[in-house]
Amino acid sequence: MTDTLTPVLTEPWGVDRSWTREVYESRGGYRALDTAFAMSQDDVIAAVKDSGLRGRGGAGFPTGMKWSFIPQDASTEAGRNPKYLVVNADESEPGTCKDIPLMMANPHVLVEGVIIASYAIRAHKAFIYIRGEVVHVIRRVQNAVREAYEAGHLGTDIHGSGYDLDVVVHAGAGAYICGEETALLEGLEGRRGQPRLRPPFPAVAGLYASPTVINNVESIASVPSIVGNGAEWFSSMGTEKSKGMGIFSLSGHVKRPGQYEAPLGITLRQLVELAGGMRDGHELKFWTPGGSSTPLLTAEHVDLPLDFEGMAGAGTMLGTRALQLFDETTCVVRAVLRWTEFYKHESCGKCTPCREGTWWLVQNLARLEKGQGSEEDLDLLLDQCDNILGRSFCALGDGATSPISSSIKHFREEYLAHLTHGGCPFDPARSTAWASSQQEVTA
Amino acid sequence: MSTTSALEQTTLDELAEIAARYPEKRSGLLPMLHLVQSAQGKVTPEGIQACADILDISPAEVSGVATFYTMYKRREPGDFHVGVCTNTLCAVMGGDEILARLQEHLGVGNDETAEKREGDAHTVSLEHIECNAACDYAPVAMVNWEFVDNLTPDTAVQLVEDLRTGKEVRSTRGPRLCSWREVERVLAGFPDGRADEGPSAGPSSLVGREIARERGWSAPPGAASGTTGTEDLSASEAAAEADTSRAESETVEADVESTVEEPSDD
Repeated sequence: MTDTLTPVLTEPWGVDRSWTREVYESRGGYRALDTAFAMSQDDVIAAVKDSGLRGRGGAGFPTGMKWSFIPQDASTEAGRNPKYLVVNADESEPGTCKDIPLMMANPHVLVEGVIIASYAIRAHKAFIYIRGEVVHVIRRVQNAVREAYEAGHLGTDIHGSGYDLDVVVHAGAGAYICGEETALLEGLEGRRGQPRLRPPFPAVAGLYASPTVINNVESIASVPSIVGNGAEWFSSMGTEKSKGMGIFSLSGHVKRPGQYEAPLGITLRQLVELAGGMRDGHELKFWTPGGSSTPLLTAEHVDLPLDFEGMAGAGTMLGTRALQLFDETTCVVRAVLRWTEFYKHESCGKCTPCREGTWWLVQNLARLEKGQGSEEDLDLLLDQCDNILGRSFCALGDGATSPISSSIKHFREEYLAHLTHGGCPFDPARSTAWASSQQEVTA
Repeated sequence: MSTTSALEQTTLDELAEIAARYPEKRSGLLPMLHLVQSAQGKVTPEGIQACADILDISPAEVSGVATFYTMYKRREPGDFHVGVCTNTLCAVMGGDEILARLQEHLGVGNDETAEKREGDAHTVSLEHIECNAACDYAPVAMVNWEFVDNLTPDTAVQLVEDLRTGKEVRSTRGPRLCSWREVERVLAGFPDGRADEGPSAGPSSLVGREIARERGWSAPPGAASGTTGTEDLSASEAAAEADTSRAESETVEADVESTVEEPSDD
């Protein structure tokens, strides 16, 4: 039985100068690299497969399997092409806030993971694509890469293994869509960040039409601990099909918002208890399990295991474990309208269902939020969602429909209350971070 | 600072240096445009032409990229560019109120620069931004893309006044704030030596770790390296377990379509 919280990636975060190579190495850093170099590349891939690690960027695809898709047969053109590793550090899904503190506090674990992963897939060039709006994180990763070169962890003949690797830290420029892996590749190739048609898949034709693995920061950062401690160590945490630890990010109306690293399968009830409960005098109304693109849940769902299967069973997704918690002072229509405006703003414009559809969703929702329209508009909204979900070029369009359809499912009455009330029946001032303290002062 | 001067040779050289970091030079375009902004305060026609010349693409292609990404500006922001998060979580926690207070206080609309008053040391511009991955510190603002956490309307007004009057302001999780143009240079891949400033993490980042320490919780002790464990999954089984139908369909297609190494099929 593992402990309730299992800090691995977050463990060094509170250590003085944790971002430096000196501190990272003093705590055992870069030793997994030697373990990896003593293994064949295929054995490293097998270890990551055996660990059960599934992508931490939202979709949950098995990381080792992704690596094994990279063609290595030199008798084929794809097998002869250079291979690339690209780290998706574009963390932008609303509510998601785990990779940014990870890279700020512990950038070397990412760099070590990049080296091991690149070695495994036989890449000699890796890119870390970080969203541009987090300059201090970029500084820390730039610095870690420089320090790694200085220590011989990067460059030529790393640790005397004969293996060469160069890493480029690449800053994005503000586009949610670049978190979608093929849009990210477009950005990395100096183009507008619009997703690509698949097939071909990045594993065969990714960056520069060459075989490419794109992994989330937390996935790659988990690799050194897997290689260092063994696949069984990792798979001893978590549930049957959702192995290992993951960072759970609590935000909103909870007493102690923050990052909680736990085995997959922990419940929201457990996490909220650890966080000291919801703020005083208030109760949980709705929450996202893994960012705004994952259908909303309610207080009924707090005992479900937060793993891939548990969330799928509730009609939602584990996503990025971005647990945004809203109490009863929050208007769900306001919340959903704001997310919808976000998707409209971030739609890349490539495909019609998403570009036009998100615009119409905003029109319809904004009217309802003002108390205009009629009950039939809810059906119209769902019909609009039906014309976007599964009909868009990429998952952005799908995600845009999640908050709407799930909120109508759970809170239809609240939409109708806007119509009978002639507007929003909630006072937004009661939801603010300072609302409760003001009430305490006046009480 | 307000007028556009010609691109200096050192900037042109640095633009070419960025392009040379990549196997294919066009990959340098995003950081190159950050450098143009650092040198000229915005994306200028001259900067677009310089990028196009170095990358052997048309200015229209460069413009097409520059207009896609929100961090590229066609009007120069203030010395300190304040972005208030008004995505749902921050908005609900008070971001909407903070943005409204700042717009009123500064007398600006979205993505505008406040008038420089007599005696002001610096200019401040304001925009509302989308989620900046700091939700556990809501409501949050970014100043020149550095975190300013846990704001209130009053502390936000104080912040912009301190910036305008030239007081030293530090990011809550970062260094002493420097100018927007200086930050753009870091984004272009030219470090400014400030990585060691600021803490490892802010307080919210550490709560789970602290609770674990208080209660004596930890991950299991590391075992000797071993690679036995769960048996291999076939691609279709993996797809069945992946938690989006999209991932599923793509994986199955990949399995059928690709000529890549067959995953072991137990």
